[in-house]
Amino acid sequence: MKEDTIVALATPAGVGAISVIRVSGPQSFSAVDNIFYGKGKIENAASHTLHYGNIKNQDDEQVDDVLVSVFRAPNSYTGEDSVEISTHGNPLVTQKVIELLIVNSQVRLAEPGEFTKRAFLNNRIDLAKAEAVADVINSRTEASFRGARNQLDGLLSNKVNELRSQLLNSSSFIELELDFVEEDIEFVNQDELLKRIDSIIIEIDTLLESYEFGRVIRDGVNVAIVGRPNVGKSSLLNYILKESRAIVSEIPGTTRDVIREEVSIGGVLFRLFDTAGIRISEDSIEKEGILRSQETVRNADVVIYLEDVQQAESKDLFVDLLNLTSPDKILKVVNKIDLNKDFSKDADVKISAKTGEGIDLLFEKLKEKTIGNESYTEKTAIVTNLRHHNCLKKSRENLINARESILNKMSGEFISVDLRNAEMNLAEIIGEVTSDDILNNIFMKFCIGK
Amino acid sequence: MKKFDIIVVGGGHAGIEAASAGARMGCSVGLVTMDRFALGRMSCNPAIGGTAKGHLVREIDALGGIMGLISDRTGIQFRMLNKSKGPAVWSPRCQSDRKLYSEEAYRIIFPTQNLEIVEESAIEVLVENGKVVGIKAQSGEELFCEALILSSGTFLNGLMHTGLNKTSGGRFGEQPALGITESLAKLGFEYGRLKTGTPPRLKKDSINWAILEEQPGDENPQPFSHQTDLSQFPFLPQVSCHITYTDPTVHKILEKGFAQSPLFTGLIKGVGPRYCPSIEDKIVRFADKERHQLFLEPEGLDSDQIYLNGFSSSLSAEIQLEALHKIVGLEEVEMVRPAYAVEYDFFPPQQVDLTLETKLIEGLYFAGQINGTSGYEEAAAQGLIAGINAALKIQGKPEFVLKRSEAYIGVLIDDLVTKSTDEPYRMFTSRAEHRLLLRQDNADRRLMKYGYEFGLIPKDLYDEVDNREKTIISGINYCQSKKYYARDVNEFLVNSGSNEIDSTETISKLCKRPEFNLKQLLEFNGASSESGAVALLNDEKALEQAEIEIKYEGYILRQYEAVAKLEKYESTKIPLNFDFTKIKQLSTEGREKLNKVKPRSIGQASRISGVTPSDISILLVYLKN
Repeated sequence: MKEDTIVALATPAGVGAISVIRVSGPQSFSAVDNIFYGKGKIENAASHTLHYGNIKNQDDEQVDDVLVSVFRAPNSYTGEDSVEISTHGNPLVTQKVIELLIVNSQVRLAEPGEFTKRAFLNNRIDLAKAEAVADVINSRTEASFRGARNQLDGLLSNKVNELRSQLLNSSSFIELELDFVEEDIEFVNQDELLKRIDSIIIEIDTLLESYEFGRVIRDGVNVAIVGRPNVGKSSLLNYILKESRAIVSEIPGTTRDVIREEVSIGGVLFRLFDTAGIRISEDSIEKEGILRSQETVRNADVVIYLEDVQQAESKDLFVDLLNLTSPDKILKVVNKIDLNKDFSKDADVKISAKTGEGIDLLFEKLKEKTIGNESYTEKTAIVTNLRHHNCLKKSRENLINARESILNKMSGEFISVDLRNAEMNLAEIIGEVTSDDILNNIFMKFCIGK
Repeated sequence: MKKFDIIVVGGGHAGIEAASAGARMGCSVGLVTMDRFALGRMSCNPAIGGTAKGHLVREIDALGGIMGLISDRTGIQFRMLNKSKGPAVWSPRCQSDRKLYSEEAYRIIFPTQNLEIVEESAIEVLVENGKVVGIKAQSGEELFCEALILSSGTFLNGLMHTGLNKTSGGRFGEQPALGITESLAKLGFEYGRLKTGTPPRLKKDSINWAILEEQPGDENPQPFSHQTDLSQFPFLPQVSCHITYTDPTVHKILEKGFAQSPLFTGLIKGVGPRYCPSIEDKIVRFADKERHQLFLEPEGLDSDQIYLNGFSSSLSAEIQLEALHKIVGLEEVEMVRPAYAVEYDFFPPQQVDLTLETKLIEGLYFAGQINGTSGYEEAAAQGLIAGINAALKIQGKPEFVLKRSEAYIGVLIDDLVTKSTDEPYRMFTSRAEHRLLLRQDNADRRLMKYGYEFGLIPKDLYDEVDNREKTIISGINYCQSKKYYARDVNEFLVNSGSNEIDSTETISKLCKRPEFNLKQLLEFNGASSESGAVALLNDEKALEQAEIEIKYEGYILRQYEAVAKLEKYESTKIPLNFDFTKIKQLSTEGREKLNKVKPRSIGQASRISGVTPSDISILLVYLKN
């Protein structure tokens, strides 16, 4: 393997208070020494020390004053010698520093995910952690970050290991009966075995359920707003965006079809889509937009069906909506209650996009619809990764098979097949069995060094 | 100067398989043994087979080994263990006539063409340029060879313990083999010390048989060998075993002897098997257990001795006898020979390759207890594989390695080489992750093709198995497509205590109901006139195979899927001289272990303890580059 030195910006690109440039590999110290002027040489600095100084270009002009952190192998993130340079948060400065490192030393720009790949290859992190790191990097909101963090700390690994050892215990009892048939020992009671398997299934179910929560805090909630013209879809969107200080982004260029906004409320990322209309129209220009709106509704986690308190209910539109999504995803919202407080319309939430009345409740309801009332703390193992989710699902299927075998009074070796497979599925989560396909996929997902 | 293609040192269960296979494959073989009448001698219990061990015997037989044949001709009680469980864990076992077993082994080995029995004791391994060239015998004579198979059992620096008495020897009344360990150590081999034990032999007439629980053999005994002539089987009269138990009084007496136990006083350095503890070990480790089961096994038809299975010990003879007298049925017993423990040298098996050739010295093979195993069957399996591989190598043919998904023998050798062992290794069915596929009933279907290829299985036998395979496959196809109609079959179903069907159902679906066997369903209502049914009904063994595959189809399929999933790792080969030390990213422990074992595939590497999943990922990355 080539042991070269890599560099990349470790913090998001753009203007900020500070930016961090990470350098990793055997040439890290000498490369930094080539452009850094401080009290002493980084080459001679002790691990985990901080050094103030200047970065200068070939013409001895100062580029920035910086703080350099030194990490010596193997006690660094990647397991290699590495340096982190904290500069002022200006893209021009960071770009220049990276350029200087590459020009003056044997340093190249890191590929996406390469730092974490090295950390993984150097045994600094296991597969579950490597994936969690990808999630930290990808996490967009605070709650999402917490979810990724606790996995990093091994909560999921611990939980999975615990379940594995329970499975191994049950298997051992079965094997005892098969291999020591001649001995005078007590064998496992089938009811007891069933109980153990059931309790493991319940634990796996809890983990599986956490995935929906995990997915939501990771990927955010897609919310489509549907309603007849002038029921206040745009006003609702505008109100939310105006009031919320946590605007994440605005996607331009889609106004003709579907307007999309991202907003973080209470630690959950909501992605709001204002649909143009979902009724098929003869107008061919509109048709394209309508198809897109329909697609948006189909993909939405929740659909806000918005009505005007003053208008009669549109049965046709609601029927159309039911063709695109399931009733339990629909949140019936009545708008403009500031104009008429006394109405008999049936609704989940009553709001005024003008005064903001009911908006908080609206978000409560949105959360409830997507992540339920479950309260996940930082102490709970949460599944946020699709691969983990699939492994757990397979493990569960195998446990159900084992259960069936027990109920059908099958002999132990048959029960054992499924128990062992269930155990192997769990082992895959922490990377016991892995393939280069999984690895490639994982490393592809890292966005470090972009 | 005497020269053989292959020299086998040791005439135990491993040695005779190795010598027989090598000679029958066309190599000249010198079988070096201290006593020509000790061939295949049973050092411990007079029994062959048992859980997983029975599978090994069936596999050895399917490959063309001799253990099954000898056992069938000398068995005095045959039982199929685990009969209440599914077919995958049925395990054949027999009590053998100890004396006849050894005689039969001699009768088979002696006339073998190309095979010469050399009565000698080897004291040194001769090596030139990293390649084995022969041995030096105690007489001073040197014997030369292309390949040397060491299968010296418990004889390497063997030391027997009874109480504080120590006797040098590999087996009661027999000399140890001295010099070999030192000679191998000089060549750079690592060695260790293991311990095993054997229980007392009791005088038959002194036992009160009338009050003991009897354990007879099966009513319809089944032979081990695929070649045994059923019309003559069983060859010998059949006898029973008996069962008795220890109790707290017995335990108290034994405890008195602990102070002079070589085990508890630290005199015995070797590690004993956890699955076969001595009686004193059982009392200490399972203190809350008030009784331990003991089997009284006959040593032979004419023998006046009884083997007390479950009472192996290294306590003093006086204590043993005092305790025995408190056991039901043994109140007046006479002890012919006390139990003893034996310590011997072994060579941690990570030093051999999957062919059983040592990694250090070309042409040198280890088989049996020298590799840290315990048991006649484990030894025989290794002897056979070593013999076959030595012959193949001499003849310039590709090596022979069985996969874990193919045979218990594959599991055995892969476990030894990959994981090593620090206690005497015994086979268990649970060691085989693809257990449902590795049944004793299909050993011939799995392995006979290899035995035939090596010339160890006669053509007519192989053809029979090969033809049967076609019958099985077409028979299963027939059962999966042939449908019965409700109006025809419902009366029969109800009469058989089963449920009616609505419209139609295939034979294979009906066969999955526990209340039916395939024969009943095929014979029902004249279906038996159809060719698919007729072929099965005319071949009992094919019928049995088809029934198992149909009844347990779902489970068997899942096992095949698991095999297929792992196949990718098993087939990702690691080059022979791959240098693991160069990969710095490997964990320190992983790197050391990989370098020691030198796995040949990613699958094998992943089974090495201490090699982490990350290590495997790193290896995959490297092998790709």
